[in-house]
Amino acid sequence: MEIAIISGKGGTGKSSISAAFATLSEKVVLADCDVDATNLYILFNPDVEGEEIYIGSQKAVIDYSKCINCGLCIEYCKFDAIYYSDQKINISSIHCDGCKLCSRICPNKAITMIDNDKSRMYYGSFRNGKMVYGKLAPGEENSGKLVNIVRDKAKKLAKENNINTIIIDGPPGIGCPVISTITGVDYVIIVTEPTLSGLKDLQRTLELTTKFNLNTVVIINKFDLNIKITEKIENFCEKLDIKIIGKLAFDPQVVAAMINCKSIIEWQPASDLSSQIKHIYNNLIYGQ
Amino acid sequence: MKLAIASGKGGTGKTLVATNLFYALQQLNYQVVLVDCDAEAPNDMVFFKGEKIKYFYVHQEIPVINEKKCKFCSKCHEYCNYNAIFILPDLKVIKVIEDLCHGCGACDVACDFNAISTKPVPIGSITKYAIENNTFIIEASMNTGVFSPVPIINAAIKEAKNEKIVILDSPPGTSCPFINTVAEADFVVLVTEPTPFGLSDLKQSIDTLKIIDKPYGVVINRSGIGDTEIYNYLKQENIKLLLEIPFDKMIAFYYSNGELISQLEYQWADKFVSMFNFIIDQYGNSNN
Ligand code: SF4
Ligand code: SF4
Ligand code: SF4
Ligand code: SF4
Repeated sequence: MEIAIISGKGGTGKSSISAAFATLSEKVVLADCDVDATNLYILFNPDVEGEEIYIGSQKAVIDYSKCINCGLCIEYCKFDAIYYSDQKINISSIHCDGCKLCSRICPNKAITMIDNDKSRMYYGSFRNGKMVYGKLAPGEENSGKLVNIVRDKAKKLAKENNINTIIIDGPPGIGCPVISTITGVDYVIIVTEPTLSGLKDLQRTLELTTKFNLNTVVIINKFDLNIKITEKIENFCEKLDIKIIGKLAFDPQVVAAMINCKSIIEWQPASDLSSQIKHIYNNLIYGQ
Repeated sequence: MKLAIASGKGGTGKTLVATNLFYALQQLNYQVVLVDCDAEAPNDMVFFKGEKIKYFYVHQEIPVINEKKCKFCSKCHEYCNYNAIFILPDLKVIKVIEDLCHGCGACDVACDFNAISTKPVPIGSITKYAIENNTFIIEASMNTGVFSPVPIINAAIKEAKNEKIVILDSPPGTSCPFINTVAEADFVVLVTEPTPFGLSDLKQSIDTLKIIDKPYGVVINRSGIGDTEIYNYLKQENIKLLLEIPFDKMIAFYYSNGELISQLEYQWADKFVSMFNFIIDQYGNSNN
């Protein structure tokens, strides 16, 4: 069973809940698909057993000994990445999308493409099973391809090690990486907070999961910070027939656990919050 | 002066800082524009009332293949660096996979038989709101499932290009959307929280800003929770701590209701203005 935990925006406690779930199971594969801000390896300090280079895109570079300053490449680049200054042609690596068109049309073959090869996928063991995570290098396109690679590896590790449950910590937003994270999973859990912006993000995220026809449930985290908005979220979900599988109270111990590199389950196994999360998790895994 | 407000992950208080700074400057009759560049989850307008004065779609040009003219030579498929053209020459099947297309125009250039034209497909929208005191909010909003918010973000920033003081509420992460936003700024305010996750994300953001050589300072939100590691790091690296916002259930409550602390507690407006003045003093250039 694959469970993806996402939220319209970061900071709702999504990663802390993923970490709690991961430490509730005897054996899991934990996949950190928030490749633009990987965090869970900090808590779990996995023994890395392998890494793979991920090449998601390319960038154009100019060989000035060949460039004849004809300016043709500027005209062709749809991303406004090429410009003329200091009496020469420049390519902004920030704006270059790697489409290779300039390199193809340059009459003097002055432009070559180089791979962006700084991003990585890592995998290894941690105390509750196996872990896979991706690290996107700064400025690379977060297209969801790295997410797919992380998920494929997680599935492979699950099979090889006879593990039934894969927990996926997803990225924020509603774009391509999120779609890659949730496509084909058994459950999507959206973690939200009782704020007006949280409600708005939840609406956008639900729009997406409905579009893909996914089994979606909601957890309201820190629900006691604003009871009125919590009620609003409850009403909203009821109307859409979306199940709220838990309301978790604000607990400063969540941060204390993080500082000690533990999940809340490991840090305070007997606390109210921990038993509530345990309950949610068991219902999800065994309750159907 | 263009100021980007950013954070490695979402939910650290980036929107809190951007909206309160905007409000505080607006109250002093500064002509300020806030651009909400978090196109996957734009939320700044939750905190303001304003009149919609401009609205337009951002389009991407997607190729359309005329199957009557197509000779199934596969050249467009070879030119496409994103694998967005699917072709089975023997079966005379050719298709553009719109979700993968970046609109680079390479296929159009490739085709020797004039079989490719383009059609505009909306990928998002820009809305401009008039707020009090002759100030504006420009909101970038991406449609669900679009591969990249970058063209929408760029269009939103362009809308504000003639303004004197611009605040850019940047998207989370350190990939393309983040870099594209902060590349336009004169100074970057990084908002983080004093937790291991916060510190890890902050370091990643700073590494990215170093690569593109942008000046920056740090705001610590929810100080009091977590530990002191982040303060040690700032001291060690000689990074300016611009402002601390304590963890306070009241501040969280105001925020959740879409209210501004600068409006409710005046000393907060002063703090944001002092931060702004400090940045202008140190990093503003004379022609702005
Ligand atoms: S097309 Fe080639 S030769 Fe012409 S300006 Fe560009 S890089 Fe130089
Ligand atoms: S590779 Fe494409 S995006 Fe990059 S500079 Fe060349 S034409 Fe522009
Ligand atoms: S416009 Fe570019 S990305 Fe789109 S199909 Fe053509 S070559 Fe591929
Ligand atoms: S390049 Fe033109 S003719 Fe050749 S397969 Fe593509 S669309 Fe058809």
